[in-house]
Amino acid sequence: MDKRLIIPTLAFLALPLAACGEEATSTDAAPSASAPTQAQAQAKITVTDPWVKVVKKGMTAAFGTLANTSGADITVVSAATPASGVVELHEVVDTGGQTKMQPRDGGFVVPAGGSITLKPGGFHIMLMDVKEPIEAGADVPFTLTLGDGTKIEFTALAKEFAGGNEDYEPGGGH
Amino acid sequence: MDRPGLTRRGLFAGGAVAAGALAATGGYLAAGRDARPAPGPAPAAEPFHGPHQAGVATPPQSHAVFLGLTLRPGTDRAALGRLMRLLTDDARRLTEGRPGLADAQPELADPPARLTVTFGFGPGLFTAGGLDHERPLTTLPAFKGDALEEKWSGGDLLIQLCADDPVTLAHALRLVAKDARAFATVRWTQRGFRRPTSSQPAGHTQRNLMGQLDGTVQPADLDASVWISDGPSWLRGGTLMVLRRIRMDLEKWDEADEAAKDFAIGRKITDGAPLTGGAEHDDPDLDAVDRFGFPVIDDAAHIRLARAADPALRMLRRGYNYDDGLSASGVVDSGLLFACYQADVARQFTPVQRRLADADLLNLWTTATGSAVFALPPGCGADGWVGEGLLG
Repeated sequence: MDKRLIIPTLAFLALPLAACGEEATSTDAAPSASAPTQAQAQAKITVTDPWVKVVKKGMTAAFGTLANTSGADITVVSAATPASGVVELHEVVDTGGQTKMQPRDGGFVVPAGGSITLKPGGFHIMLMDVKEPIEAGADVPFTLTLGDGTKIEFTALAKEFAGGNEDYEPGGGH
Repeated sequence: MDRPGLTRRGLFAGGAVAAGALAATGGYLAAGRDARPAPGPAPAAEPFHGPHQAGVATPPQSHAVFLGLTLRPGTDRAALGRLMRLLTDDARRLTEGRPGLADAQPELADPPARLTVTFGFGPGLFTAGGLDHERPLTTLPAFKGDALEEKWSGGDLLIQLCADDPVTLAHALRLVAKDARAFATVRWTQRGFRRPTSSQPAGHTQRNLMGQLDGTVQPADLDASVWISDGPSWLRGGTLMVLRRIRMDLEKWDEADEAAKDFAIGRKITDGAPLTGGAEHDDPDLDAVDRFGFPVIDDAAHIRLARAADPALRMLRRGYNYDDGLSASGVVDSGLLFACYQADVARQFTPVQRRLADADLLNLWTTATGSAVFALPPGCGADGWVGEGLLG
């Protein structure tokens, strides 16, 4: 059940290899599917240990590990789920001693051959508008869109969670 | 993912580990007959996946927690499916030494210390799921002498956790309890212990807190006596478990001399040998009489009454001692968490227990204060979950 990974088969990505450690932004790394270069690589993102925090309605977040098995950096530009009409890719930043969640410009860059972990207090997929309860044990489908338009699907297990000093409710830092 | 190339999953996914664990299991069961433990160190992890749930044929770990849950009203079949998916996911990860999803103490998951997490369904679960027609016999008649307390009896869902490391066990218990609490409340928690293999080699019969070697006679063929092979398909490969909390009056037992203890049990308490001679694993001679013509092994001796006439009807016993502390006057509240597993409760457990309840000399010192029966579904594969055949 925890092996929820989809490996896209025909995705090619043309990202500058110069880009991006895990924490680097990549706003200038606009993909250009029409101009493949030597740097292109088959996009290979795997999602492991995905889970989403249960919520009755409103806001919640999804987490997991995104691994890039290709030789080039890959950018996740957006995420979607039927559970929420609005979904954003968020980061937690330190603003002078106070942490704050905000949309991450340019999405998540998964470094070549590396991985990033979405977790409470760090990167996360933010569900902004949950209308039906996400109940414990539910399987919640997600789709990630990569910089070249490739879609990655995975299913997250809904779990109760109260840790990480997080508050995803309206008014809680957004 | 700090070490993507070296995950526990990778380490334990190999068939060699699973084969080794199976060999160890066979050694434990064989040792019940010839008292020779399987050589070699115990494996670090017990395989979770397989045709049977782990924690039954698994060589007993040194610590156990039995958690009895009561389902919250409205927990229907769909909710039960979600619950079992969550719990299976926890069990799968934890038994491999990996943190659970959303695990707030991921640092505690390793080592797995042979953790097993085993699930059992009580009568109320079938009712809650609208599945009474699928329910196997999970009720017992009243037995003479029982002093059952509500707080130790019944339960809709059993989670049995066993491990060789009490820290690993505490962490696993907390994680599954957290994931269960949206669906159920805690009815009872019963903790037990046995000697670790550092004190006594695996496969040797252990002593209970009365000092008695307990569990000498075990089934030789689990396929015949423990695993269910017919009936509803969702239960094939599963088993039925009876958990009895047996309080021991150790103060009164202290008053008995060695001969009286031997007489009540039918074995020498020093080495477990039958009173008719030989060694622990030799068959007792139930027909032998002394020079006055009285049976050497008394008609009410424990081993005579506990004996299954047909070896195929022996139940697998996997008990744990419990110790719930001292009273102000220094008297311990302790006893045995008698856990047994069998394919057919009515044929294997009930007749033996009825004989014991009616006449066993040990009843002078022991009292059942808790009782519960659960149906343990078969195990699951890497993509499945425990109970899927019933609730999926």
